[in-house]
Amino acid sequence: MPVIETRGLTKRFPGSARPAVDGVDIQSRDGEFLVLLGPSGSGKTTVLRMIAGLEEPTSGEIRIGGVLVNGLTPRERRIAMVFQSYALYPHLTVYKNIAFPLKAQGVPRSEHAAKVAWAASIFGIEGLLDRRPRELSGGERQRVALARALVREPKLFLLDEPLSNLDAKLRATAREELKKFQRRIGTTTVYVTHDQVEAMALGNRVVVMDQGRVRQTGTPTEVYDDPADTFVATFLGSPPMNLIDDGRVTIGFRPEHFRPADAAAPGALRTPFRVDNVEYLGADRLLHGELGGRFAGRTAFSRLASHVAAPRVGDTLDFVVEEGRVRFFDAASGERRESGAGATG
Amino acid sequence: MRSPFRTGWLGAAMLFPAVLFIAALVGVPFLLAILYSVSDVKVASDEMRFVGLRNFADVLATPAFRTALRNSFLFTVLSQLLVLAGATTLALALREAFRTRGLLRFLILLPWIAPISLGSIGWKWLLDSIYSVFNWFLMRLHLVESPPMWLGEPALAIASVVLVHAWRMLPFATVVLLAGLTSIPRDIPEAAAVDGAGFWRTHFQITLPMIRPIVTVAVLFGVIFTFTDMTVVYILTRGGPYDTTQVLPSLAFLTGILGGDLGAGAAISLFLFPVLLVVAYAMLRVARRSIVT
Amino acid sequence: MKRSRRSLALRIAHLAVVAGFALFLSFPFYWMLVTSFKRTSDLYDLDHNPLLFNAAPTLEHWKLLFTETLYARWLANTALVGALVVVLTLLLAVPAAYSLARLTGKWGERAGIGMFLMYLVPPTLLFIPLSRVVVTLGLQDSVWALVVVYPTFTVPFSTWLLMGFFRSIPRDLEDAAMVDGLSRFGAFARLVVPISYSGILTVAIFSFTLVLQEFVYALTFISSASQQTVSVALPIYLVRGDVYYWGSLMAACLLASVPVAIVYNLFLDRFISGFTVGAVK
Repeated sequence: MPVIETRGLTKRFPGSARPAVDGVDIQSRDGEFLVLLGPSGSGKTTVLRMIAGLEEPTSGEIRIGGVLVNGLTPRERRIAMVFQSYALYPHLTVYKNIAFPLKAQGVPRSEHAAKVAWAASIFGIEGLLDRRPRELSGGERQRVALARALVREPKLFLLDEPLSNLDAKLRATAREELKKFQRRIGTTTVYVTHDQVEAMALGNRVVVMDQGRVRQTGTPTEVYDDPADTFVATFLGSPPMNLIDDGRVTIGFRPEHFRPADAAAPGALRTPFRVDNVEYLGADRLLHGELGGRFAGRTAFSRLASHVAAPRVGDTLDFVVEEGRVRFFDAASGERRESGAGATG
Repeated sequence: MRSPFRTGWLGAAMLFPAVLFIAALVGVPFLLAILYSVSDVKVASDEMRFVGLRNFADVLATPAFRTALRNSFLFTVLSQLLVLAGATTLALALREAFRTRGLLRFLILLPWIAPISLGSIGWKWLLDSIYSVFNWFLMRLHLVESPPMWLGEPALAIASVVLVHAWRMLPFATVVLLAGLTSIPRDIPEAAAVDGAGFWRTHFQITLPMIRPIVTVAVLFGVIFTFTDMTVVYILTRGGPYDTTQVLPSLAFLTGILGGDLGAGAAISLFLFPVLLVVAYAMLRVARRSIVT
Repeated sequence: MKRSRRSLALRIAHLAVVAGFALFLSFPFYWMLVTSFKRTSDLYDLDHNPLLFNAAPTLEHWKLLFTETLYARWLANTALVGALVVVLTLLLAVPAAYSLARLTGKWGERAGIGMFLMYLVPPTLLFIPLSRVVVTLGLQDSVWALVVVYPTFTVPFSTWLLMGFFRSIPRDLEDAAMVDGLSRFGAFARLVVPISYSGILTVAIFSFTLVLQEFVYALTFISSASQQTVSVALPIYLVRGDVYYWGSLMAACLLASVPVAIVYNLFLDRFISGFTVGAVK
């Protein structure tokens, strides 16, 4: 039985033309780290808030642990949430912040200290228990928020972009810690983010959303290598997948699969490529240039490892896409197709 | 010499007129008040002799003064308690219910914006022992045997004065509290809801404690405005019946201006000062703590 | 659904609370309105239900107010004093607030606090010595006494409020102007002041209401009816012996309260933001 399940979840806000969330179906298995990924306005945070009980769905069902929770208040759903701003109670000490959910749910006072100590130890913040939120750094606050969520041992964790307020350097370590923590505790987690790197690194599965709809649900590998439509294809990957118009079909290939033609490893889609710009990124080089031949006039990116000899600006040579890495999409709907039949030329 | 002003001496020049004005018309009179209180100056005469603390001793001996002193504190504390309870309730209800629409906000603010004397006159009419609309209903419904003399009987008069003070200060406190409540980020009460807190717990343990500095400031202002006010008492009861609703400022006015004894009047009004000092100190403490945040 | 029913009950409770308070707070003014239009015979007849108009409404109280009392004169006095005091206040407070807002270091904080504390010194403490000062200046029994004395409470509060407004203007703006060639004062006069028009207007309106409300000084300094302001004149002069002219009195109170309240209400939001900025600083 899935821990969290939504069916046809829809939310319309008064005054806007299109629904913020439009018929979203989600199912999450026990212990899974599920990421809702999408740009701002995609409805991912609204879905999370509806699961939490902070917004009421216009239609559709939400089930937690098999139980229909549509009419229940957040309090009754027994879930825990970490907000983007952490929402720590500023006038309470860290200890009292973490203990608050226990107090609110009527856990006897005698048990508080042990549970708080346990939650604090998971995140290594035992030394901060007497401080106030304003005395803590961003990373510390985030861990307090997580401890506060953990202490109630809920069935479901909801996390709303908890890493976005940290500086870039901190984010990578925090991300790793979060993943380790979730694996250790094993509670099902629904995580909202707009950062596709985070989504790929953290999620067991990723739900890619845009304009209120789910575009694709799958493992990071699935959504990256086999995108269901052009939106998913371009949202994931930096730089995004190259998309070339070809009549009724759009051809797609990722920059890292687009390399100079080599007799030893023939690829598909051989095309002349004139290099207009080269960016040295350290581990890779990013080339941008114009295609020739059949696709004359279109531009594309290529990503090559730095240790390989690279073409220079102004060079024109034949490039190929690696075997099995070409993708086809319907030019009108953007949806994925099996083959390139129907393309011109 | 380098001016402490970032803006050089221009800053001093811009500040100077205001400072001079305040020094002349607040600072000097304040010193004069102290001077008068230890002299026997009268309204009519020009002469002034030093009499030490005689004014204070005389004044402290009069029962009217002791009543006024007690009343000043009593009225302030009682009315502020009412205001605090009322404003908290109203602010919470206003925040949840709806955006304060123009008309509603207008009605709620009226007691605060209208001149104190005019609002008090309105209440004087409402509490008139013969023509009061409340009395008319009380008599008709046979809830009382004779019309209560709201302003004529000591206990009722005190209650009336406290009520009018509370009525006047309520809008101000509500507005301040409401501003404080709306400054609480939305996700804090949401986090409390997710954590399992219900209506009462969320308000009493989270949102209200969070706005404590603002509440304190509102209460302190209320204390000052009520403690130093003479208008309500002067208009409703003139301090009567028989000085039972007298307060320090109204007694000072009666003694000093109407009675002509400026020395005694000044002495009485100086009793306001210690309370003001305490309140000012408290306000600064609150302000300092907020800066640290 | 549990949730909707509970939230509906809560909504009704909230509405009831708000309505109840609004009723309590505004009732005296409603009563002023009703009273001012009731015939005297209806007003003073104890058998009549006071909530109803038992006789047709009348304008007699309003007429009396304007023809047989100095009401118009009192309104004029108040307006004159108000306008002059506002001008005087702005002349003193705007530069002072700017100076304090841009002042760095300990002195800045101290001066600001000092200014605020001056507001807390009440008229009921200063009125006795000030009565003597007024006589010395030869201004007794004249509206000019009020014009001179009222800024003692409008200036501190206005300065404190304006400090908050000015502080919120980024210094970069003035620095850019000075780089472009304006002097510091020029930047103040041509940049900061125009930007702060709404803040200055708010302060002006608030000062005006403070003037309108004032009671103690007017009561102390002025003895003749022709020089008095509305706030003091009404409780004193609309009385013959022990008899209050309630009808006209209520009309007078209503007219002197409501229009100002309407204007004040429109500017309230700006005032609040200035107040909370200042208070928490």
